[in-house]
Amino acid sequence: MLPVTNTVGVQESELELTFLTKQEILLAHCRFKELLPKESRNTMDYRVPMEKILTMPELKSNPFRQRICYVFSTSEAKDGSLSFEDFLDFLSVFSDSATPEIKSHYAFRIFDFDDDGTLDRNDLVKLVNCLTGDAPETRLSQEEMNQLIGNILEESDIDKDGTVNLSEFQHVISRSPDFVSSFKIVL
Amino acid sequence: KSITTLRNQPWRMKKKLETLKEAQEFIEKFEGALGKGKGRKFYAYKVMMLKKWMKFKRDFENFKTACIPWEMKIKEIESKSFGSSVASYFIFLRWMYGINMVLFGLTFGLVMVPEALMGKPYGSMPRKTVPRSESSTAMDFATLWDFGGYAQYSVLFYGYYNNQRAIGWLKFRLPLSYFLVGVGTIAYSFMVVIRTMASNANQEGGGDDTSFNFSWKMFTSWDYLIGNPETADNKFASITTSFKESIVEEQENRKEENIHLTRFLRVLANFLVLCCLAGSGYLIYFVVRRSQKFALEGLENYGWWERNEVNMVMSLLGMFCPTLFDVISALENYHPRIALRWQLGRIFALFLGNLYTFIIALMDEINLKLEEEAVVKYNMTIWEANLYNGTLSENSTRPPIEVDPADVPRGPCWETMVGQEFVRLTISDTMTTYITILIGDFLRALFVRFINYCWCWDLEYGFPSYAEFDISGNVLGLIFNQGMIWMGAFYAPCLPAINVLRLHASMYLQCWAVMCCNVPHERVFKASRSNNFYMAMLLFILFLSTLPAVYTIVSIPPSFDCGPFSGKSRMYNVIQETLENDFPAWFGKVFSYASNPGLILPFILLMVLGIYYLQSTSKAYKAANIELKKKLQNIIKVPDLILTFHFRSNIDNPNSNLSPLMTNVFCLCK
Repeated sequence: MLPVTNTVGVQESELELTFLTKQEILLAHCRFKELLPKESRNTMDYRVPMEKILTMPELKSNPFRQRICYVFSTSEAKDGSLSFEDFLDFLSVFSDSATPEIKSHYAFRIFDFDDDGTLDRNDLVKLVNCLTGDAPETRLSQEEMNQLIGNILEESDIDKDGTVNLSEFQHVISRSPDFVSSFKIVL
Repeated sequence: KSITTLRNQPWRMKKKLETLKEAQEFIEKFEGALGKGKGRKFYAYKVMMLKKWMKFKRDFENFKTACIPWEMKIKEIESKSFGSSVASYFIFLRWMYGINMVLFGLTFGLVMVPEALMGKPYGSMPRKTVPRSESSTAMDFATLWDFGGYAQYSVLFYGYYNNQRAIGWLKFRLPLSYFLVGVGTIAYSFMVVIRTMASNANQEGGGDDTSFNFSWKMFTSWDYLIGNPETADNKFASITTSFKESIVEEQENRKEENIHLTRFLRVLANFLVLCCLAGSGYLIYFVVRRSQKFALEGLENYGWWERNEVNMVMSLLGMFCPTLFDVISALENYHPRIALRWQLGRIFALFLGNLYTFIIALMDEINLKLEEEAVVKYNMTIWEANLYNGTLSENSTRPPIEVDPADVPRGPCWETMVGQEFVRLTISDTMTTYITILIGDFLRALFVRFINYCWCWDLEYGFPSYAEFDISGNVLGLIFNQGMIWMGAFYAPCLPAINVLRLHASMYLQCWAVMCCNVPHERVFKASRSNNFYMAMLLFILFLSTLPAVYTIVSIPPSFDCGPFSGKSRMYNVIQETLENDFPAWFGKVFSYASNPGLILPFILLMVLGIYYLQSTSKAYKAANIELKKKLQNIIKVPDLILTFHFRSNIDNPNSNLSPLMTNVFCLCK
């Protein structure tokens, strides 16, 4: 366990192993403490449950918020709760200075709804439904959905196995000019 | 270095920490072994210095990030409400501010300060003194606001500078410095803009725009910086619309319902727009001629409107015509992205037309002033003769007579006039922008918020509602403002300083206005792909702005009694003069050989050939790229083919060996 000391002291290893600057780590520290219940304010190995994390304004409107919590959580119960280390991990990946490779790796894991290591048809359907919002009038019809998924697989699935694996995904993402600037969260 | 590798691994923090601990234990264990013998102390010292250096580099990076001006403000705008497209305008503003700071440094440090410190003080020469006839009104606020009076006869404008070749104990060559700073500001601006364009093009990775359309829409369209539910809803709607649009476009078969009607309407709309542009050009020309008439009759007889007519008309046109174009474009029924491009193109044409009409009118004024100057020169010989009236005969040397500089008759310094016009235009443009923000955004928001309670229809969703932040309009305004600065900086060294102040104030005012009175856009456009488009416009404007300045430098003789080039037949003669006097003789000879047209023409030819060669190689690289991609896709398909052939051959002849199959496959691979 990481012995996090007081609010002022930032661990040297934290600074080195993440892409965050000192100010960002301190800010993360403050925000994480606000999410903790009053009794456990001083023990930093407490795990904040997912519902609390989802009340943060930066994540509240994000359609992938639950997936983010599941991906970055290291709890054995797989309940999406985050410890402070997980929180720092999350901020580091979404920071300005993270490399595109790290970002695309984690983006892949976020989009992989069933955690099987590939983006198959069901993952893509769930992804589209997340992106089109919750209202029924904005959802795509069945045939539009089929056509869309077909087009995507045609573009990205190089080995034609019906799924998009990590290297195919990274190949597509690496050529996109918008990915790095939009895959960013700042506290 | 191993830490950097660790950082780049997509592992959990815990795992990284364990690995790090292991690595550190390993190093500590074997550090002694590594450093045994003679080099041990040196090795330990090296390791310590390396650690200190890494720490210093990290702290410096942190410090650098903290030093970027307004970074926090922009991040706030990005994350709180508006996503990355609005923030891109502010990033552009900040970049322009950086350029203007450099221009300000050059003009202030190398032109204004030397003249102020080392040149002759105010009142010692005719060009540096307010004329007797104007001295009663020289301190009035109205005169100063118009940049007349004491403001005109100061380091702010061209006319104040003395043409003495070297001033002060440093022997500072002021005319040379003035000329070189003028050329240097343009050269620096070109360099910065082109460098930024090149790095933008690199980042975009060769422009593979269409091959991954759908995948990109799926995987990269969500902006994770959006934190506002309203913006999120807008984003959902726009993503859905873009999906549906792409699906429909993919299916093709867009039925052209009534192609003739659409075409007729589009031609009509373009005709209306052309009429608007022509009308605005003529209006500006008319107004500038009228202001010349007013100036001839003396400005005291006219009120505020007549005095500032030109600037007000130009600013008002810039405010209302774009809205008019918007209304006309409703006739055209284009796809929104194409409509936006047309709108931008038309606003660009409007601003350009206005600026060039203004310059042509200014040229007319310059010619008038040149004629006036010839008259004044003639009158001055008569005046001087009158001074010596009866005391001496004509051919003997005259002792200088003490005349108060304020009484000497002045030539109409056309350069100062040009500088004043540009400064006035910039100021009025600034005022118009700020007033538009205050009225159009702030008062409108107040009105909608408070009068909504007692109004018949819902103001927030209906007609006025809250204003959206018009990114393209603001960016174009910024670009044209910069064009004016580039044009006028040679004649009014104070322009970059004024622009720096203006940008500084704009940053704060617009940040406040965006957070307080604007709502997120309905259609959320990506900013990154437009980046090079705006840069290209900036480059074009820079090129167009240098043309008038270069033309006036090369072809119009400078005024005889004001400015650092007075007395020369052309402004660029200062270079020749410097070459003759300050450099050794052989240098001048070399230079005259090098500027021989016989040498310059082949050089230009060489450059043209070089451009042609580079273009053809880049085309060849692009074609090779596409070929390689196709090969990549084909190679993946080969295992498929092998399996197909294997099955087929097994079905036909189970006992044959695979070698004919393999030779077939190898042929296909080639």
